[in-house]
Amino acid sequence: MNMNPLLTIKDLHVSIEDKPILRGLNLTVNPGEVHAIMGPNGSGKSTLANVLAGREEYVVHSGSIQYDGRDLFGMEVDERALAGIFLAFQYPVEIPGVSNSNFLKSIINAHRTNAGQPELNSLEMLKFIRSKMAEIEMDESLLKRSLNDGFSGGEKKRNEILQMSLLEPRLAILDETDSGLDIDALRIVAEGVNRLRSKDRAFIVVTHYQRLLNHIVPDYVHVLSEGKIVASGDKSLALKLEEEGYDWIRESSQVSAV
Amino acid sequence: MSDSLQTLEVQTRSEYKYGWSAPLDTETFPKGLSEDVVRAISAKKEEPEWLLEWRLKAYRHWLTMEEPNWANIRYPKIDYQDIIYFAAPKKKLNSLDEVDPEVLAMFDRLGVPVDERKALAGVAVDAVVDSVSVATTFREELATLGIIFCSFSEAVKEHPELVKKYLGTVVPYTDNFFATLNSAVFSDGSFCYIPEGVKCPMELSTYFRINAANTGQFERTLIVAEKGAYVSYLEGCTAPMRDENQLHAAVVEIVVMDEAFVKYSTVQNWYPGDKDGNGGVYNFVTKRGICSGYKSKLSWTQVETGSAITWKYPSCILKGDESVGEFYSVAVTNHRQQADTGTKMIHIGKNTKSTIISKGISAGFSDNSYRGLVRIGKRADGAQNFSQCDSLLMSDTCGAHTFPYLEVDNPSARVEHEATTSKIGEDQLFYCKQRGLKEEDAINMIVNGYCKEVFNELPMEFAVEAQKLLSISLEGSVG
Repeated sequence: MNMNPLLTIKDLHVSIEDKPILRGLNLTVNPGEVHAIMGPNGSGKSTLANVLAGREEYVVHSGSIQYDGRDLFGMEVDERALAGIFLAFQYPVEIPGVSNSNFLKSIINAHRTNAGQPELNSLEMLKFIRSKMAEIEMDESLLKRSLNDGFSGGEKKRNEILQMSLLEPRLAILDETDSGLDIDALRIVAEGVNRLRSKDRAFIVVTHYQRLLNHIVPDYVHVLSEGKIVASGDKSLALKLEEEGYDWIRESSQVSAV
Repeated sequence: MSDSLQTLEVQTRSEYKYGWSAPLDTETFPKGLSEDVVRAISAKKEEPEWLLEWRLKAYRHWLTMEEPNWANIRYPKIDYQDIIYFAAPKKKLNSLDEVDPEVLAMFDRLGVPVDERKALAGVAVDAVVDSVSVATTFREELATLGIIFCSFSEAVKEHPELVKKYLGTVVPYTDNFFATLNSAVFSDGSFCYIPEGVKCPMELSTYFRINAANTGQFERTLIVAEKGAYVSYLEGCTAPMRDENQLHAAVVEIVVMDEAFVKYSTVQNWYPGDKDGNGGVYNFVTKRGICSGYKSKLSWTQVETGSAITWKYPSCILKGDESVGEFYSVAVTNHRQQADTGTKMIHIGKNTKSTIISKGISAGFSDNSYRGLVRIGKRADGAQNFSQCDSLLMSDTCGAHTFPYLEVDNPSARVEHEATTSKIGEDQLFYCKQRGLKEEDAINMIVNGYCKEVFNELPMEFAVEAQKLLSISLEGSVG
């Protein structure tokens, strides 16, 4: 079993449009672990997700990120993706004119080619996609439609989970995947994620509400406040936040330097 | 705009230096236009009297005309006396080794077959090879079917009665400033005649025309399809065509009779000028077809990526009852290019139908306008039109405009018009890249999805080349 961390973030300082967001974030994620990142609005949760994916609007001032033994900052967005980083977007973008099936085929084959595997032919491809769609209870008619075009919020999030299950990433980052979902959609999304849990795969689940964590039970919970992780614990920490809100975090971080 | 998206200045076109230093010979006229020049052109081509008279009528009419300026384009005033109106064919190069390596690299990227490269680059084809060349065998096969496909000049000599019958019947010499100029000084072009009931078995390409001299400047093409005939005609090529002649004012006339079908496809990639908009070809073209017969059909498909300025409206006159006109277009403008292009569908007969699908793509600092006319005449009972005009903006500095004209004089007509404007955003590209796609592939995928409906109408090999051409034209353009 691989004992080396999959992801090591050290003293990360990030700003956007000259506004500092992350102010010395530290995090270590090992394969097989599920880490939940919680925190009040503006704490930097989505920033973390986007910086890991490689969004260039976020300027990294200092700090380091090691991914699978490599310097993440030396990797382009698509390189990171092909190395196994997957971001389930909070607001998945629409691309009219590009059919969902065409898009899925392209990304699956891009990953396969990168891994030295032969591309799937149309028949194999369809079979593969259909099986995953059935698991997430996604209607096949969504394949013919343009990517995310006219999809409901729930359908968009399910499409993210579908792509995740098709690409089988090593580090999956879920950016507030639960926002805007009703109970049933939430359950299906969580089941999709749980199905992918394995000793080789790690998850970073960014969420505002504890609710999701009832379904995707985390190994670690971290609380992000004003750009730093100020508390870490197991799943009971999430329950505490649910009961007491975020105020006690702010109070205690004023008292002790974390 | 994120400064991470660096503009790739890919020089896809460069100075294409012809490798000779021929002195001015008697074949090349001095600059300027006058009645003498028109007479000289006609004499050089050994034309019959009736054609000379036609040219002269056109020239005299041209003198009374004013250059139109209503289009959404800007260009420095053209000095019509500063143009050479007749030039000898360019001297051929001896081998591909003499061709500019950047041009060869372009052929590579576009996947142009080696034999075609020679012809496109102006390499002389060996006489021995030529006698068994594809082009020759090709023409023989067509001749057995009664199909005439030759240069316009040849047609004037070999089939004068056909040319005389149809020339100017779709685009009269008085039609517009540039068509009138063309009628006076046209150099050469294609002539195609498909006899009754004959379906042309292969796509006719201008490339295969023998005697492909440098006659692109004022090209004149005439296509006639008799009752029940079919032909698919391809004009142009994806390889970048550099030409010292800045003004290209071609005229294409098409006549479609009862139950005949003509499919005319164009892929145009004339030199668009440098990124500051200097140089570049002005492509001012008049293309029109008349569906004169019952159930006749004319389909225009164009992919325009080149030229500094594109100004053209391939049109259909739907005279025959139940005739059908179609227009599928992808027009790309980048850097400082300008385009004002579209179509005119004139419904005259009963139960006529027209379809317009126009996809404009603007990038850089360019301006792209769609201008379309749908006119339903008083007696055009049961006419139907569907128009879809979409614009895709690739940068913050480009422009897209739509000028639809609908003139409906018949109450039973059904006219539908849809229009969309969209942008390829950094968000979309980021999404694709986060899924493992390279930026280039992402742009191609998005743009091809956008153009799908039009590309589906192109003959297969053209479609493949057009897709590649599109991706090359748009490199580094998202911002």
